[in-house]
Amino acid sequence: MLTIEQGFIDLGDFQLTADLSVPQGARVAVLGPSGAGKSTLLAAIAGFQALTSGRILWDGQGMARAPAARPISMVFQDNNLFPHMTVAQNVGLGLRADLKLSDREQVRVKGALDRVGLSGLAPRKPAQLSGGQMARVALARVLLRDRPLLLLDEPFGALGPALKSEMLALVAELLDETQATLLMVSHAPEDAKLICDQVVLVADGRAEAPVETAEIFTNPPEVLRDYLGDHPRT
Amino acid sequence: MRITRTTALGVLALGVVLCLTLGTLIAVMTKATGGVFAFLSLGPHDFAAIRFTLWQALASAALSTLFAIPVARALSRRQFRGRAALITLLGAPFILPVIIAIFGLISVFGGRGIVSQALGFFGYEPISIYGYHGVLLAHVFFNLPLATRLILQGWLMIPAERFRLAASLGMTPRDIARTLERPMLREVLPGAFLVIFLICLTSFAVALALGGGPRATTVELAIYEAFRFDFDLGRAAMLALVQFAMGGAAALIAFRVAIPHDTGAGLDRAVMRWDSTPVQRGFDGLVISLAAGFLILPLAMIFVKGLPSLMSLPGSVWTAAARSVTVALGSAIFTLILTLPIAALAVRRRSKWVEGIGYLTIAASPLVIGTGLFIVIFPIMSPSKLALPVTGLVNAAMSLPFALRILVPALAGVERDYGPLADGLGLTGMARLRLLWVPRLRRPIGFSLGLAAALSMGDLGVITMFADGDAATLPLQLYRLMGAYRMEDAAGAAVLLMGLSLALFWIFDRGGRVNADH
Repeated sequence: MLTIEQGFIDLGDFQLTADLSVPQGARVAVLGPSGAGKSTLLAAIAGFQALTSGRILWDGQGMARAPAARPISMVFQDNNLFPHMTVAQNVGLGLRADLKLSDREQVRVKGALDRVGLSGLAPRKPAQLSGGQMARVALARVLLRDRPLLLLDEPFGALGPALKSEMLALVAELLDETQATLLMVSHAPEDAKLICDQVVLVADGRAEAPVETAEIFTNPPEVLRDYLGDHPRT
Repeated sequence: MRITRTTALGVLALGVVLCLTLGTLIAVMTKATGGVFAFLSLGPHDFAAIRFTLWQALASAALSTLFAIPVARALSRRQFRGRAALITLLGAPFILPVIIAIFGLISVFGGRGIVSQALGFFGYEPISIYGYHGVLLAHVFFNLPLATRLILQGWLMIPAERFRLAASLGMTPRDIARTLERPMLREVLPGAFLVIFLICLTSFAVALALGGGPRATTVELAIYEAFRFDFDLGRAAMLALVQFAMGGAAALIAFRVAIPHDTGAGLDRAVMRWDSTPVQRGFDGLVISLAAGFLILPLAMIFVKGLPSLMSLPGSVWTAAARSVTVALGSAIFTLILTLPIAALAVRRRSKWVEGIGYLTIAASPLVIGTGLFIVIFPIMSPSKLALPVTGLVNAAMSLPFALRILVPALAGVERDYGPLADGLGLTGMARLRLLWVPRLRRPIGFSLGLAAALSMGDLGVITMFADGDAATLPLQLYRLMGAYRMEDAAGAAVLLMGLSLALFWIFDRGGRVNADH
């Protein structure tokens, strides 16, 4: 279980408070208007943004300082792949950061690529891939990292609608296999409806406690209504 | 604050820089007769040197920027065949060994040069290149191209839409100059002027070869003479303090003025203009031809004179060349060893101070550092034994500001784009260097190494203080050949030196570009 106790971040012209917990295995969409602090919340959980006060706990324990030592895999909006490395190297980083992979580990890299549908693309560089393929490489690495908490910061924002649903479906499949907990930043409510069972609403400098997805959309609080507009998209 | 490897290595590199700049200065102070009141014991010759140093730096900066304005304007609005090549050539004097340019200028403007011969044909006296006007000529030769590139950058930064707007409003060339061009020049010129002033303030090799005497001795040259001819360490040390004070004051002023940065990017296209007149076109053509001739003729003369004797060069020139290449390679690597940790620390701590300390070597002059090192080494062992390592070390310190200027923004960009991903994956220490920094920074690293190697290859500064008879580098050997009037050998050595300098730069720079992923 992920717990944020009295979390407070002060960036001068911007403040964010959060006091919430996310149960093991939950799939949570983090929704809210632009600039509300969705990415800041994820950065704090991942260890990129220090809390001004409060604590973030995983299963009741404090988390390590270094982002890589936390029980977390993260996929960013962009720059998820190193352009000078091959697909296999980019995925292999999920096993060993110094890339000194054993033969068995090489086999696991290949297996992960097969799993996300990129068999045969191992020697390519990212520049030779499509947007969808790049997203799949990042997910293959998530698979090898095998951490209990997956953070997605609008990773498929640049993809077209069809490709995006395809990726979300792949994420759902991987979560079924790994039983990981998901926090996904999005500003598209339909993403949340597609794969998330809970929603954390971030608005007015506050991250609210998670609410059932079905419930929040049938009876949206005012900030969400404002954000969705008068004619909510379906 | 946690002590990480980045912090430890960065602080260590900064320590080396501080020892080389302030440490040598302290060493110098211990020898300066009169201590803090050093000024009281300076003689009339010393004051003449100070006056000349300031005057020639002002005059060189003024002439270079003044002449550069029409050249940059012409290049900004004319598209012609060879324009790109000419602009590339304008970048060449920066890595051209000073002694080579001097050789070329003597071939053109010297007593037996082609200009004097042409004058003699019409019955005029030959001109002399020695003295203050020779110093100015050489400084303008080096800095006119630099000023042109900086000002051209300013011209091309004016958005093309403004010129379209000016055309649609029916503005005349005078209107355009008033509303668009002069405001740009007011921003760019002070910085360009200051950069050149700073460069000329530490002028040594030019003054050594073309100046001298009571009317054309710079402080740097006076340090060398006090040191080499009189072996008066006390006076050399006092002059070194004066030099440091001048350099420091100029650098402090420079920090307050926006110094333009030759990015080299986007100079390859001219601006479309609608206010062109035949007179203007003719004037631009004339200006470009004159500037190109001024730049190309001395370099061409070196080839004409030197190529025939290249194969019959004495063995001492070849051994000097081998020595110089070794020093240049060592110096380039040491530059990188200093630059990377300082850049990493500056980026990690987002500290302007860290970068600022790296720029200290701009204020310190090579001869001041050399004097200090000599004072430190002298009681322990014979300084001439360490001539080559010291030369490489001082050259590296001199290249450091340029390398930092290139690598700090590049590393900041890499960390901005890929830092979080690398942190998330636990890419730290050597793995981060090997898997992220080196592959992503190949181009700027190659460029920095090339620059440092070429600058060291052509350096004729601290080596003159330390070298005795047989440990000469190629530039020093060339200078000695010129001094002995062995002009054919000198011309061949000049071609060799130019070729090696450009080759070193090209190989490193190229190495950084080949197969680089974007």
